[in-house]
Amino acid sequence: MIAAPTTGIIALLPEFVLAGGAMVLLMMGAFRGERSPAVTDVLSIILLVLAGVLVILLPAGKLVAFDGSFVVDDFARFLKILAILGSAAAILMSIDYDAREKQQRFEYSVLIVLSTLGMLMLISAADLIALYLGLELMSLPLYVVAASHRTSLRSTEAGLKYFVLGALSSGMLLYGASLVYGFTGTVSFAGIAKSAAESGPGLIFGLVFLFAGFCFKVSAVPFHMWTPDVYEGAPTPVTAFFAAAPKVAGIAMFVRAAVVAFPGITAQWQEIVAFVSIASMLLGSFAAIGQRNIKRLMAYSSIGHMGFALVGLAAGTSEGVQGVLVYMAIYVTMTLGTFAVILSMRRNGGMVESIDQLAGLARTHPTMAFLMAMLLFSMAGVPPLAGFFAKFYVFVAAIKAGLYVLAVIGVLASVVGAYYYLAIVKVMYFDEPAERFYRMANELKVVLGVCALFNILFCLYPALLVGVASAAAHSLF
Amino acid sequence: MTSWPILSVVTFLPIVGALFIACLRDDEAGARNARWVALWTTLLTFAVSLILVWRFDLSSADFQFLEKHPWLGGGISYSMGVDGISLPFVILTTAVMPISIAASWTSIQRRVRAYMIAFLVLETLMVGTFCALDLVLFYLFFEGGLIPMFLIIGVWGGPRRVYASFKFFLYTFAGSVLMLLAIMAMYWQAGTTDIPTLLHHAFPRYLQTWAWFAFLASFAVKMPMWPVHTWLPDAHVEAPTAGSVILAAILLKMGGYGFLRFSLPMFPQASVELAPLIYALSVVAIVYTSLVALMQEDVKKLIAYSSVAHMGFVTMGLFAMTAQGVAGGIFQMISHGIVSAALFLCVGVIYDRMHTREIAAYGGLVNRMPVYAFAFMVFTLANVGLPGTSGFVGEFLTLIGTFRVNNWVATLATLGTILSAAYALWLYRKVIFGKLEKPSLFHINDIGWREIAVLAPLVILTIVFGVYPKPVLDMSAASVTQLIDNFEHAVSSVQTAAVR
Repeated sequence: MIAAPTTGIIALLPEFVLAGGAMVLLMMGAFRGERSPAVTDVLSIILLVLAGVLVILLPAGKLVAFDGSFVVDDFARFLKILAILGSAAAILMSIDYDAREKQQRFEYSVLIVLSTLGMLMLISAADLIALYLGLELMSLPLYVVAASHRTSLRSTEAGLKYFVLGALSSGMLLYGASLVYGFTGTVSFAGIAKSAAESGPGLIFGLVFLFAGFCFKVSAVPFHMWTPDVYEGAPTPVTAFFAAAPKVAGIAMFVRAAVVAFPGITAQWQEIVAFVSIASMLLGSFAAIGQRNIKRLMAYSSIGHMGFALVGLAAGTSEGVQGVLVYMAIYVTMTLGTFAVILSMRRNGGMVESIDQLAGLARTHPTMAFLMAMLLFSMAGVPPLAGFFAKFYVFVAAIKAGLYVLAVIGVLASVVGAYYYLAIVKVMYFDEPAERFYRMANELKVVLGVCALFNILFCLYPALLVGVASAAAHSLF
Repeated sequence: MTSWPILSVVTFLPIVGALFIACLRDDEAGARNARWVALWTTLLTFAVSLILVWRFDLSSADFQFLEKHPWLGGGISYSMGVDGISLPFVILTTAVMPISIAASWTSIQRRVRAYMIAFLVLETLMVGTFCALDLVLFYLFFEGGLIPMFLIIGVWGGPRRVYASFKFFLYTFAGSVLMLLAIMAMYWQAGTTDIPTLLHHAFPRYLQTWAWFAFLASFAVKMPMWPVHTWLPDAHVEAPTAGSVILAAILLKMGGYGFLRFSLPMFPQASVELAPLIYALSVVAIVYTSLVALMQEDVKKLIAYSSVAHMGFVTMGLFAMTAQGVAGGIFQMISHGIVSAALFLCVGVIYDRMHTREIAAYGGLVNRMPVYAFAFMVFTLANVGLPGTSGFVGEFLTLIGTFRVNNWVATLATLGTILSAAYALWLYRKVIFGKLEKPSLFHINDIGWREIAVLAPLVILTIVFGVYPKPVLDMSAASVTQLIDNFEHAVSSVQTAAVR
């Protein structure tokens, strides 16, 4: 059925463009000095968009490079576009913040471009070494941007915490990879899949360590501890970045490794994923209830969302992967839209982060409040908003795969989760207005408007995204 | 049959009005215009929905005015249509909406535009719920209604509005997500979510039971049935008058409609086996909540509990699965939609004047408000189920329908009608009769033209349907007959298979 894959270096064209572009930007920043940040921001966005266009323009079908360790299929294309959009939006959203906080540094957008390059490598990685290289290239800039407020104690702490825990998780992942290599004698996913059947329990050991590393990157329970602290401590645009693009790449490597490398022992990893998914959904829902800081709340919310996305992976089927892809696409829009609002919570004294500060937003900024409310209802999974369809597809897959317990716990967790999203709507709509915020920056308006309208209008023509996701999911099987 | 998508027009016309209101300016003139736009939109929607009645083929039990477009793919499509079971509810919805808009004319002064938009969006979602012929589409409308209602209770509600709105939302949401899982399981079983196809799909036995319980979880909360009814009194008490009206008249009916559309025809064996459970819950609802109603000090709470009791009659009649029981259940829902809406409007009238809903704060109103006393009396008697009012027909039909199947249940339920007379008449005496002693009431005015215009159609309908219930019964007759035929056929075919 599948035509022979095209081999050739052309598969890496978008990555080459990003890498070369990042170097040029770096040189430009170094030579132009203080005057460069505004230019590098814009140029990085253009660079990312260019890379995205190249991903679309690559020859159709499956492309392979580097002897099979780098694969571009529809699955990779879908997630690459998503990751690029997430990164570009994150840079866009940081412009106003950095200007107001006097944090303009050209390194910031260059680091994000480099991190995005890592994501693209990671998404396409089809052996363990390429996976590790991509992962580290993605993560190292993340540690740096988390600490990019050099004078802020919280930001430095967040960066350090993220780095130490991230290094630990990389260690676990490497250990798992070495075990897998030891028991199968190969690092390529296809090779592992071939020899998985006869390799016995040792391979499962390796799998568990490998998955522990993955869980850390997508902040799934029980490897989620870093998330709230890093989200809260990092500068807000950085948090917005963390919440979107790296999650996409993390889920991509999780799905590809599980589905392509370990199809022979699906039953074993299904259990692990189902457990991680249940734990994440429950923790994300319950722990968020008590939060007062909206960034911390978004951290728990993203833990919960990763749990929901993993429901689709737990199904282990093509429908499940389709569900994961739809979920991630919608998750990215919901998260970016919400962070656009969080980034515009700014009064005389600077940024505010407490949920109470949103009081009466429906009176002071009606449009912003309405769009935010729609995003929150969407995150809660209330139809007819997009978040409902996201949950619908992952649970449909879970039900088909017979994971009834997982599905029941999942939907009940979504009811608990609805509580804290409603609590924010309540603050915005039912409470007496607090002081107005500063005027929302135009680029934030654009991000919020696009994301919220996407969520509201998704129900009119869902077939487009679903169809693309379905084709992408099929390319893995 | 029709060349233009009339159901989609009825469904989405209110959204168009809402978009128009969203463009109005946020000032005094904008608020005034918002009221008029909302009123005209709902009236226009009502007029269009009357075309449905006019063109509806009474002799056919099939779905009519069909529309079908590809939507999600994979057997899930945008599919609309009405039959004799759903059409009465569509008309009820479009008819009650202009009344509730008119009822909020002066009582809502804050954030009028947002209020009207919420109501119009809600109307779209409610009409869509009754017209949807696809399970996923149905769920979309069914659940979507939570958002505007949550805001209506929370923004324009009374002092405990936050508690009430959260309780309303979370109760309903929790019930519904379980139904969603059942919908998914049915989807994989049958390969489609098209309702007309599913109506003739024989689901395996184990799936029937589980799905039946999952649907029960959703509809029992919505209906509401004892013991998950506790959100209703809170929501009613805190909601603004028009919110209570919509809640009582239409949102509660979605539960009954769901039983009729899904539980009974799609899971017949499970329905037969588990009918005693429904009977038990219904009887408890009828007797227990009537007793609770007797103890209430708040007018709205009393009516809310009486709603729960009346919905008990509906579930009892529906699960009797006799022609009278089902027809009675439908009629009771329509009648309750009119009567309870009217009662909440009556409460709104005195609340607007006195700003209290405590029964003890009133007394002797008949001296100052004779017209009001007359209207209130008609609705009170209809609530009691006096012959000659619409309330009687529904209760009577459900009771005979049930009596044929289960004497005990019918006998116990009849007790409930006595209790309903007790609390309703007691309320009426306390509020309307007696001496006009409270100084605060000395200058209360009778209802004005706007209020008469709101209440008069309801008085007329209550009495007309009480004397001549044929229009409603005829509308649903063919579909009800087919429903029962299919049901008996499904049940008996399984029994004969078991005997062999």
